[in-house]
Amino acid sequence: MTDWEMVIGLEVHCELQTATKLFCGCRNAFGDEPNVNICPTCLGLPGSLPVLNEQAVEFAMRIGAALHCEIRPSEFARKNYFYPDQAKDYQISQYDLPLNADGWLELPDGSRVGVTRAHMEEDTGKLTHIGASGRINAALAALVDYNRSGVPLVEIVSEPDIRTAAQARAYASELRGILVATGASDGRMEEGSMRVDANVSVRPAGTEAFGTRCEIKNLNSLRSLVRAIEYEAARQIALLESGDTVTQETRHWDESAGRTDSMRSKEEANDYRYFPEPDLVPLAPDAAWQEKVRAGLGAMPADRRAVLAAALGGAPTEAEADQIHAVVDLGLDTLVTTAADGGVPVALALARAANEVAAGGQAGRALDPETYAAALALESGGQLSATQSKAVLGALLERGGGDPAAVAKEMGFEALASDTLGAVLDEVIAAHPDEWARFVEGDDKLMGFFTGAVMKATSGKANGKEVAAELRSRRG
Amino acid sequence: MTPTAVSLAAEVRAGQRSARDVVDEALATVDAGDGQYHAFLSLMPDEARAAADAVDAAVAAGRDPGPLAGVPVALKDNLCTRGAVTTCGSRILEGWRPPYDATVVTALRRSGAIALGKANMDEFAMGSSTENSAFGATRNPRDITKVPGGSSGGSAAAVAAGFTPLGIGSDTGGSIRQPAALCGVVGMKPTYGRVSRYGLVAFASSLDQIGPFATTVEDAALLFDVLAGHDPLDSTSLPSQPEATVATVHDGVEGVRVGLCRDLVDGCSPDVVARVREAADALAGAGAKVEEVSVPEFGYGLSAYYLIAPAEASSNLARYDGVRYGLRVNAEDVAAMNTATRTAGFGAEVKRRIMLGTYALSAGYYDAYYAQAQRVRTLVMQAFDRAYSSYDVLLGATAPTTAFDVGAKVDDPMAMYMNDVCTIPSNLSGHPALSVPFGGGEDGLPVGVQVLAPALQEALLFRVAQVIEDGAP
Repeated sequence: MTDWEMVIGLEVHCELQTATKLFCGCRNAFGDEPNVNICPTCLGLPGSLPVLNEQAVEFAMRIGAALHCEIRPSEFARKNYFYPDQAKDYQISQYDLPLNADGWLELPDGSRVGVTRAHMEEDTGKLTHIGASGRINAALAALVDYNRSGVPLVEIVSEPDIRTAAQARAYASELRGILVATGASDGRMEEGSMRVDANVSVRPAGTEAFGTRCEIKNLNSLRSLVRAIEYEAARQIALLESGDTVTQETRHWDESAGRTDSMRSKEEANDYRYFPEPDLVPLAPDAAWQEKVRAGLGAMPADRRAVLAAALGGAPTEAEADQIHAVVDLGLDTLVTTAADGGVPVALALARAANEVAAGGQAGRALDPETYAAALALESGGQLSATQSKAVLGALLERGGGDPAAVAKEMGFEALASDTLGAVLDEVIAAHPDEWARFVEGDDKLMGFFTGAVMKATSGKANGKEVAAELRSRRG
Repeated sequence: MTPTAVSLAAEVRAGQRSARDVVDEALATVDAGDGQYHAFLSLMPDEARAAADAVDAAVAAGRDPGPLAGVPVALKDNLCTRGAVTTCGSRILEGWRPPYDATVVTALRRSGAIALGKANMDEFAMGSSTENSAFGATRNPRDITKVPGGSSGGSAAAVAAGFTPLGIGSDTGGSIRQPAALCGVVGMKPTYGRVSRYGLVAFASSLDQIGPFATTVEDAALLFDVLAGHDPLDSTSLPSQPEATVATVHDGVEGVRVGLCRDLVDGCSPDVVARVREAADALAGAGAKVEEVSVPEFGYGLSAYYLIAPAEASSNLARYDGVRYGLRVNAEDVAAMNTATRTAGFGAEVKRRIMLGTYALSAGYYDAYYAQAQRVRTLVMQAFDRAYSSYDVLLGATAPTTAFDVGAKVDDPMAMYMNDVCTIPSNLSGHPALSVPFGGGEDGLPVGVQVLAPALQEALLFRVAQVIEDGAP
């Protein structure tokens, strides 16, 4: 049996979150009523002309800079093909002279994937097929929404440096984090603002020559990406092992059936007849503009993960590493650093952000860092128990903010007075004389037993640290 | 003799004549006379009268009604007019009403000019005789057995017939200058980027330029001044604001270096060559320094043009697919509908150029055709630069012959294409050029002399043309 190796390259399209479209002044928005954000230019009416959106160029440059690309003098070209979602029956894209080229992206495991190019282009309208199978040739009718026509895209093409489905997932995930960090895109695969196509081939392990590749489309989630690559590689290996050959073609991932199907072969592929777009002038951002963009780039996810790891002091545990990833992916690291600056232990701030805040979804991303810091300070300062602290966070997320102390009070989470704690301890010790004796003799495992008993007796109102301190002082 | 735009605007501005009266008269004249010429595809009587009333109201209120107050203008039917049918002379856009005005249409309105109607043209501006219009040919008002030239033949004919003092055309390979020459009027192609293309239905985007028709050089300059200027809606629009050219039209040509370009007269009929030489003499007599010059690269222009223009056209005309506007011929699926619509909607010349251009851009042929044509284009530009290091303007014929018979060249595309041989170099270089009438041929039909100038030298172009106009027999 031959050992096979996958060779994978990804093409990622991301929509830029500019205020207006790439070549006209129409609003760039997702989810509006169909065909409200349209004008002669994005409808491709006769006589209309494109005018390049400066903010889109700036966003594209940010992406290029974040991917360590060279930003170059570039040019727009027309990609000619007929399709009803294409207002002009050509797409304005970049062809032989892309804005960004020759970059790389570092995966969390330290390996690097080359970025061939990251070029600008316009999105098409959105087709909805009505009736029959939903595929274009069997549909009864098609509706076109041109709100998306002319929305700015950046297409990021990787080198075929990826060798496993997991690596492909890590690349897409890391890239998404970078796109979000640049502010250029929201990276939402579920809304189609980030779309991934995978070029997959296989070759006998240890050989150099590339096998024949297939391009897989319709990958709407990271899970689809992994499943599709694994399916496709297995399909190609089975073909080759049975003495067959792989046909170069574009294949469609069917999520529900869990398989890829042929869309069109290389022979049927369009000749796009690219030529320089005569309605636009060449785009060559000068050094000053490039410098401004590079200087304005915020920290990228890898840097931000490093900051959190360093704040922990010492190597993160596996659980902490996962928490760091989640926190940075969700953009919650400001919560953690703000809380840490306020004296809250980093591990606590990290855990609460990665779990309770992350579970809050959009409310979590909207949580004010100072509010978060104040809430966790109540816990780390002993005024709230862990259970109470989590409940207070939940309430804050639900309400979209508030004063943590007031919320705690309102929920009845007031710290037990020290004398009350003493009385409760007296009762607990009296009820468990044998355990107390062993604890006094040095059996530290019983610390948890007594703490738990006190918590139970006080319905969680006691402060764990105070209980521990009291227990130690009584043991002498 | 119809009044000039300069005199008509002066009367309207002074309140001596109402714009409404001018427009009513123009509409009546067209109504009575255009049956024999077919200069117009459609008139805009309601819009024109409303615009005239607005001019008259401005005059009455003491506001400035604009430099072209009350002057009727014929618009080539490839300029978008909001709410008014714009067909490009094609079945595929029959009945299409744009939801917006071309930038030049807005500029005309601001100037007080009145858009009277939409003038006939070769379909999508592809042709040199206005016989390729899907809605019937235009005849030359000087002799209705002759073509008016093209593709802006309707606008040229409207001015030559005295329907409107001014016309607007578009010039991709000579489509303003050649019909101006054949109809005996002034026609001018500005520097590429000087006039906004926004709202001009594209034929070949890197070559198309809008420009004026008029009966006099001064009128043409006045209209050019109104049309020219930066437009943020056109990325290829030049940023600088041009200076008015009309003020210097009569400044003469003392000391101007004129290159009589052999390559722009060789091969033309003897009467045309004779008129060009007489025009050169007129310039010399007015103090210009005239020399003969050869720019052999111009000879390659035609071949390069007939690759670049169709290539761009094949892409520009893809949008006429039956999906969003214009003609739709239903069929079993989308691709079949596209094909049926385009088969029915486009005429033979348009189809020929779409196929030619598609071929020139195809994988495997791009370098041999499109890329090679672009290299030739660069050569032509360099040749112009070399010539302009010694001369301020170049002089030549506009068209090889006077107006030819209707039907004479419709079955011979190459013979038709040869009409553009003298005008194409300026489109390839993006430089301004104009045609000014100078006497007649042996058949008594008008001859046009072409003046070519470097980029942005429109004022000089008009000064030279004015001297030729003054010296015309």
